[in-house]
Amino acid sequence: MNPFHIASIGSLFSTRRIQGLALAGALAASALSGIAIGADKVRVGMVSTLSGPPGALGIDMRDGFNLALKHLGGKLGGIPVELLVADDNFNPETGKQAVERFVKRDKVDFVTGIIYSNIMLAAGQAAFESGTPYVSANAGPSQYAGKDCNPWFVSAAWQNDSFHEAAGQHATNKGFKTVYLMAPNYPAGKDALTGFKRYYKGKVADEVYVRLGQLDFAAELAQLRAAKPEAVFVFFPGGMGVNFIKQYVAAGLAKDSTLILPGFSADQDIISAVGDSMLGLFNTAHWSPDLDNADNKRFMADFQTEYKRIPSVYAAQGYDTAMLMDAGVRGAKGKVENRAALMKAMKTVKARSVRGDYRIGANGYPVQNYYLRVIGKDAQGQIVNKTMGTIFANHADAYGKECKLK
Amino acid sequence: MTGILIIEQTLNGLQFGLMLFLLAAGLTLVFGIMDMINLAHGSLYMLGAYLMASLAAATGSFLLGLVLAVLATGAIGAVLEFMLLRRLYERDHLSQVLATFALILIANESVRMLWGPQQMMLNAPAALAGPVELLPGMPYPAYRLAVIAVGLVVAAALYLLVTRTRMGMRVRAGASNREMAQAMGVDIRRLFTVVFAIGAMLCAVAGAMLGPLLAVQIGMGEEILILAFVVIVIGGIGSIRGALVGALLVGMADTAGRAFLPILFRAFLPPEYASGIGPGLASIMIYLIMAGVLFWKPQGLFPARG
Amino acid sequence: METQPTAARSGAAFAPRAGVALALWSLLALSLLPHALDALGQGFYIGFASRVLVYALAASSLNLVIGNAGMLSFGHAAFLGTGAYCAALLWTGGTTSAWILWPAAMCVAALAALVIGAISLRTRGVYFIMITLAFAQMLYYVVVSLKVWGGDDGINLGARPRLGLAPGFALDLADEFNWYYLCLGILALALWLSGRLAASRFGRVIAAQRENEIRAEAIGFPVYRYKLILFVIAGAAAGLAGALLAAQNGFVSPKLMHWTQSGSLMVMVILGGVGHRYAGVLGAGLLLGLEEILSAYTLHWAFWVGLTLLGVVLFAPRGIAGLFSREAAGR
Repeated sequence: MNPFHIASIGSLFSTRRIQGLALAGALAASALSGIAIGADKVRVGMVSTLSGPPGALGIDMRDGFNLALKHLGGKLGGIPVELLVADDNFNPETGKQAVERFVKRDKVDFVTGIIYSNIMLAAGQAAFESGTPYVSANAGPSQYAGKDCNPWFVSAAWQNDSFHEAAGQHATNKGFKTVYLMAPNYPAGKDALTGFKRYYKGKVADEVYVRLGQLDFAAELAQLRAAKPEAVFVFFPGGMGVNFIKQYVAAGLAKDSTLILPGFSADQDIISAVGDSMLGLFNTAHWSPDLDNADNKRFMADFQTEYKRIPSVYAAQGYDTAMLMDAGVRGAKGKVENRAALMKAMKTVKARSVRGDYRIGANGYPVQNYYLRVIGKDAQGQIVNKTMGTIFANHADAYGKECKLK
Repeated sequence: MTGILIIEQTLNGLQFGLMLFLLAAGLTLVFGIMDMINLAHGSLYMLGAYLMASLAAATGSFLLGLVLAVLATGAIGAVLEFMLLRRLYERDHLSQVLATFALILIANESVRMLWGPQQMMLNAPAALAGPVELLPGMPYPAYRLAVIAVGLVVAAALYLLVTRTRMGMRVRAGASNREMAQAMGVDIRRLFTVVFAIGAMLCAVAGAMLGPLLAVQIGMGEEILILAFVVIVIGGIGSIRGALVGALLVGMADTAGRAFLPILFRAFLPPEYASGIGPGLASIMIYLIMAGVLFWKPQGLFPARG
Repeated sequence: METQPTAARSGAAFAPRAGVALALWSLLALSLLPHALDALGQGFYIGFASRVLVYALAASSLNLVIGNAGMLSFGHAAFLGTGAYCAALLWTGGTTSAWILWPAAMCVAALAALVIGAISLRTRGVYFIMITLAFAQMLYYVVVSLKVWGGDDGINLGARPRLGLAPGFALDLADEFNWYYLCLGILALALWLSGRLAASRFGRVIAAQRENEIRAEAIGFPVYRYKLILFVIAGAAAGLAGALLAAQNGFVSPKLMHWTQSGSLMVMVILGGVGHRYAGVLGAGLLLGLEEILSAYTLHWAFWVGLTLLGVVLFAPRGIAGLFSREAAGR
């Protein structure tokens, strides 16, 4: 997901470091499962957007990650974890500084946490150059999937285009004849619509680009109504998405044209901000709260007990990121100083995951299922996403063939 | 069909303009009368929206929530003025910029500490949630009509307040010549507190009324603050009339630019260029207007001071 | 009769006086800093210190406009960004020599300042604040939407430019010590030049128009042209800072020209003490240092930064410089 410019006052400021929080409550509860110990602890540096207007996403991711560590007894692959957290404050420069600090000063074994692709692209190099594994919990820029793919990058989330591609396939499956497309006027917006069109076979009614950070969509919605499309697909990150959905529903367009959204625009953070009027909206993601597997059930129950809210897709990704690191350390037989072995293990060993089974492709991105979700009410009357079916099974991104990694 | 579209876009422009006016009015009053640059104006708008979201949920009534949120924000504004801002009137613009900038940081972090980082839910009352059929074949969101109505009522009330009441007379006197007004016996200190509280209440009205259309989140004030500043600079600082004209101009031009520029470019440019240039130009439209206005009228359209 | 003392008074803020000794001592202390950090095992912070120096250069260039001329520019990030993008685009085009990249960045930023200044300087006061902001925002939206320039993702450079000093010998800028000393040298040179500028006849006219523009004009000075020249000089300096920042970070992003960046530079100048020769340096050091330290302890660091700024406004009206020296222009 690419960033959305919000006039963030917080982003004036640059470098920060939040002291490592050694995991409390993660005492030696679980016994080691017969693993040779190569190091006495494994250090993880997490750089994420935790403050400023878009900070909620990073916090959800971090909480999911922490829950996984708790489930793992405060250990990755049997070795106690030291987690260092830094806030990138939604600023690429700060993000890069933080990653540099982690790899140069703190000499961490893993870096993770970046939410936004532009920060990822600025900061990634610092981790790669030092030969530190980067495990992505969200950002999945196409550059890293294709020609600039890197042996030190692995993603526990998804490539940026994937949700859009799934949405395009869904529109094709449903046989929509005309779809109206909207996105902010910047490259990530154009990429999103390209991703949608890669799998949508019908006619594009119109393709509309708006200013990044636009507040009011009345003018665009009037044009949209006049175009009478069968379906509408939009990519509006962050607050823009909330603005759009509220106004789309208020304009009464939901009954004329089916709105299809990428999963992160219709996830728990957005639902809690918009409420009832999101009921019945379709969206696509690699995970859903009701996915039927043991890990997911435990994650859903414990997250809500621990943090008193329903987890979002970011929390699920944070959880899976820790699980992927766990698989990496296990696969490297606890020798975290052997970074190449860590990478190899993460790409080959099967990691536990709340999304069910998946594997990592040669370019470091997951090959996994994508689901159609609809927003509805669960047994307790809470508004959540429900799985409607599988759109893609074992789907790989479109850029992998440009990647020369084996 | 096109006729309906034009009517609808005019309404949209009007609505966007009126919502900008609510913010700009308070800003221009504070700016014009106290000669004070208040960057924290947007924070009051954010506070209004957050209070509205909490109070509407707590009372279960949109209207009651609105009234309480506006009063609460007004009170906060008055306290802020009394405790802090009045120390800044005699200082230069730079100190005011730094101080109110500091207030933005403090306000954003306080809101995060009190309400958490997640966005707040704030929805239109059920009666206004859907569209109404204004003309045959032209449904329009009922809530947007309500925003237009509230905007017009507030604009009218403000106009009457400024032009027809004794307090308004003092306000105008203060805006055009502060020292003279003081010499004529106007209690400027109290007037400032009242004006600032009114400005804060206008912010809260804007925040509360826009909450159901926009995301209620930390930092929402800064996004719209810039637009409000553009409006008052176009209109001429200190002039309520200027703020109204500037707001409507920005609202209309922005809407028209977004609605019609892409179509216009598509008519005579190849699509691959048109799809880039149209929206690109529309997004910097208001800044172009502002630069243009200031080029020809460096004091804005309606300079308050001679 | 009044003009003479006024000009002299404000000129004093920039005139080299007892400040020379202090400046030299500070320079010596700053020269030793990286070695001290290294000895303490905090070598990582050398990079941080260089970043402060680059921001100090950017803030000082803004101080030239705000402090010397009294023009409140809220769009200074436009020049920072122009310089950075110019260097980045030449870099991706295959130019690696700093001797071409940096002067080119200064020229392009100066050109941008010439165009923006020529229009903006028609206005005064708050209107000037807003029109400079408007131009910066326009540039921001253009850059963000341009796919060929990376849009929101910006441009990655990968390495630092080559600074050839003699045939066959180039300074290794990837070395943090070398980079630090280069930044320090450039900053010191820029501050010395701006001091000379302020003390010159040109600088005194600029100061005079700040006190009373109409009078300065009536005396017969082409005030508009003088102001424009100063604006262009400041723009060029900011462009250099932008190019240095691009090299330091290894990437450029549109965030560089976002209005919050302009605001940040302005805060640095005010914090440092408007009009004081070292306002930019003090402000950049304090603001960046404050964030660095506070953010190590709390996620709500911005709250405490805000409180500190508020404290400075209320209790140190002339900025940090005002606390230590009588030189700060008491305005």
